[in-house]
Amino acid sequence: MIVLIPLYAAFRKVPVYETFLSGAQEGFGTAINIIPHLVGMMVAISMFRASGAMDMLASLFEPLFHWLHIPAEVLPLGMLRPLTGAGSLAFTTELIKTYGPDSMIGRIASTIQGSTDTTLYVLTVYFGAVGIRRSRYALKVGLFSDMVGFAAAIMICLLVFG
Amino acid sequence: MVNWIWLFFIVASFIAAAVTGRMEALTEAAFDGAKSGVTVSFGLISVMVFWLGLMRIAEDARLLDRMAVLLQPVVRFLFPDVPRNHPALGYIMSNMSANILGLGNAATPMGIKAMQELQKLNPDKETASAAMCTLLALNTSSITLVPTTLIAIRMTYSSAHPAEIVGTTLAATLIATAAAIAADRWYRHRSGKPPQWKDIGGGSGGAGASGKHGGAGGYAAIANNTPGSGKGEAVV
Repeated sequence: MIVLIPLYAAFRKVPVYETFLSGAQEGFGTAINIIPHLVGMMVAISMFRASGAMDMLASLFEPLFHWLHIPAEVLPLGMLRPLTGAGSLAFTTELIKTYGPDSMIGRIASTIQGSTDTTLYVLTVYFGAVGIRRSRYALKVGLFSDMVGFAAAIMICLLVFG
Repeated sequence: MVNWIWLFFIVASFIAAAVTGRMEALTEAAFDGAKSGVTVSFGLISVMVFWLGLMRIAEDARLLDRMAVLLQPVVRFLFPDVPRNHPALGYIMSNMSANILGLGNAATPMGIKAMQELQKLNPDKETASAAMCTLLALNTSSITLVPTTLIAIRMTYSSAHPAEIVGTTLAATLIATAAAIAADRWYRHRSGKPPQWKDIGGGSGGAGASGKHGGAGGYAAIANNTPGSGKGEAVV
C-alpha cells in the first residue's frame, strides 16, 4: 500500500511528495491537538487507578465477569467508550501501559477502542450542526451497537488470541 | 456530560484514596498521568503524520471517489427514501469512504454536509428523519480498515506485533455496524411507513451541481478547514 498508492497517484499526475506533506501537516496538527484532551483524561484516570477506586469498581463486577471468562479490567472501558473519545483512549492507554500491549487485556482494550466511535460526540456534532433537537431512536441505536461491539471485541479476542 | 465524567473520576479518586490511605500516591499519579498523556501524544505524531500524508495522496489521486462508487449499491439499500440523484447520497458515500480509511478529519465535514442535505428533505426541521438516524448509526459504529491511533499507542509501549489487532478490530467493527444497521431498520419499521419525499425537484436542483459526487475538489478544501474528530483521532 505504501508503494502502490504513491505509484498510482504519480500515474494520475499528482505531485506525490508535496501532497504527502500537506496531508502530513494535518496529521501533525491532529496529534498536537490531542495533547490537552489526553493529558486531562490521563490525569483523571491515572488518579482513579492509583486511589484504588478502579479496583473497587472492578471487584463489584468480578464475579459476573469471572464467570464469563472476561477480564473485569475492561469493563470501565466499555462504559466510557460511547461517552468520551479522549477518556476511553486514555483508559485504553492506561490498560496497555499496566498490562502490556500484547497481554489479553491490552489486545481486548485496543480492539474495543478501535472498533466503535464515540456515540455521544457523533450525535452532538452531526445533529447539532443542522439544528436537530429530537434525535428519536438514534441514541438507542448508537448505544446498542456500542454494546454489541464491546461484546464482539471481547469474544473475538478471546477466540483469536486465547 | 464530559464535565461530569471528569469530575466523577477526580472526586471518586479522592474519596477512595482517603479511605484506603493512598493520598500521596494520588498526587503522584496525577503528575504521572499528565506525563503519559504527553508521551502518548508524541507517540501518535509519527503514525498520524505518515498515515494522513499517505491518505492525502490517495485522496488527490481520486481513490476515495473510486471507493465511493463501490459503495453506491450499499448506500441505495441503506437510504431507500432519499431520491436517487440527490446530492446527499454523494456526501454520504464520501463520508463512509473517509471513515473506512480512518480519515476522521475528512469524514466529519462530509457527514455534516450530508446531514445538511438530508435536512432539506426533512419535513420537521427539529426532529431527525429516518435517513438522518441511519447516517448517524453508520457514523457511531463506523467501519475502520486501519486503527492508526491504536497501532501508534501499541508501538509506544513496545508491542511485539503492534498491528495484530487490525483483524480483530475489523471483525468487531463489522459486527457493531451490522448491529447498528439492524437496529436502525427495526426502529424504522416500527415507527411506521417512512414519509415519502414528493417535493424534491426545486430544492435540490441547485445544490446538485456542486455536490453530486461529493466532489473531490470541494472535499479537500472542506477537510482542511474543519477540525473534526473521528475514531482515529478520538478527540472529545
